[in-house]
Amino acid sequence: MSVPFYVSPEQIMRDKADFARKGIARGRSVVVLQYDEGIAFVAENPSRALHKISELYDRVGFAAVGKYNEFESLRVAGVRLADMRGYSYDRSDVTGRSLANAYAQTLGSIFTETAKPFEVEIVVAEVGPTAEADQLYRLMFDGSVADERGFVAMGGSAEPISSGLAERWREGMTLAEGMRVAVELLGQHGDEQPRELGAEQLEVAVLDRTRPRRAFQRIANGRLTELLA
Amino acid sequence: MTPTPGLPDPYRLIGTSSFAEVLSALQPDRLAALHNPSGAAAFAPHGTTIVSLRTESGVVMAGDRRATIGNVIAQHDIEKVFVADDHSVIGIAGAAGLAVELVRLFQVELEHYEKIEGLPLSLDGKANRLATLLRSNLGLALQGLAVVPLFAGFDLARQTGRIFSYDPTGGRYEEHDFYAVGSGSTFARGSLKKLFRRNASAMDAVRMALEALYDAADDDSATAGPDMARGIYPVVAVVDADGARIVADDDVSPVVRAMVDARMVRPDGGPGGEEAGA
Repeated sequence: MSVPFYVSPEQIMRDKADFARKGIARGRSVVVLQYDEGIAFVAENPSRALHKISELYDRVGFAAVGKYNEFESLRVAGVRLADMRGYSYDRSDVTGRSLANAYAQTLGSIFTETAKPFEVEIVVAEVGPTAEADQLYRLMFDGSVADERGFVAMGGSAEPISSGLAERWREGMTLAEGMRVAVELLGQHGDEQPRELGAEQLEVAVLDRTRPRRAFQRIANGRLTELLA
Repeated sequence: MTPTPGLPDPYRLIGTSSFAEVLSALQPDRLAALHNPSGAAAFAPHGTTIVSLRTESGVVMAGDRRATIGNVIAQHDIEKVFVADDHSVIGIAGAAGLAVELVRLFQVELEHYEKIEGLPLSLDGKANRLATLLRSNLGLALQGLAVVPLFAGFDLARQTGRIFSYDPTGGRYEEHDFYAVGSGSTFARGSLKKLFRRNASAMDAVRMALEALYDAADDDSATAGPDMARGIYPVVAVVDADGARIVADDDVSPVVRAMVDARMVRPDGGPGGEEAGA
């Protein structure tokens, strides 16, 4: 008779976390940063149809890295939750915080209860009436949440990009300034020769606080090329 | 699998882009409130006349501001014309409470699809979706709580304005040039039959719509004419390639004034009033 191996809970969690981290590290990165009139999302994503960045609600946006099918199911669930809340109560009652909480709970229980954790990392961002009221939530594969200020980088080269942003991001940057920093940092991948990322390799959107109601807007290639010039 | 806290299973259903389907899975009583006959017809406010017509650049829709309960005027400034999404508008006649709820559901339905799929529904898709939502209201319609919408929008694929009318059972009919719904619709349609011209400018079409509402108010007690004293004018919406928008009161009021001045000379709104009134 075979005796099942004993594996300690610590070991199981560590293995799952390593597995998820490896999956996330394989993908291209995404940068989310505040600028003077809102929040910008910049992703390296050559696909025109499979988005990494999306609108969740009027003032709330979503960005993700990792496995597409996994974060897509989370994105759709978030849109449903937001619309359900807004319809049941009022549009102003849908907040980034409540969405971040729902994602944290979901990711947390998937991480502990299923054999294979989600290989995703998510940012939920809410644009406020002023830059001080903006909110950036970063969610990890295990459901842990961090409340960030200024900028977030996720994906394969998150660490070098984060330290680059820590040096170069400052409060009150314009969209064009923020965009140039983000795109330059996204082009640096480890020890490889820095690449020049053009508009067609990027997916960019903003939550523009000056727009009424729906703040989310995708930035088309034409305007993006102008911003990067 | 164990139920997941945070986002219950219906949120993670695969394959639907419909908000109404998610709603019926999660909060069935929320939709049931729209469906359960309650015999409240005699006490529910009813909205009245909506007109819509095609223009050279799209469509125009206008609705009067009255809601009635039997012989009593329930509200003087109700709004019955709404922007549904970027390129469509919806006007409602019938039981006001249900109609407003239906519009809210329809607006969320359109936006929900757009967010999930990454692109908006076609105009035909929107019109069909509204028919489905309406059909689910049939039980109430039989109790006298019918909702009769008028849907119009700019078809981006065909580059033209289109108008759709409905019956309370969810039947969907595309109208050629103009249409009106509600208690004063017979008179409004008669008026539009004489006034309508193809390829009119949006502002000319706004004038035609206002004339039709004036004629409806002339003969239907449940339809209000423009309330000059209180500054309550019909709600007017314009849709073209650039989008759908409600025309500001400041832009509607001069058109209303010109129309009323002309009617001082020709109360039937016929030709000749314009010059004499000027």
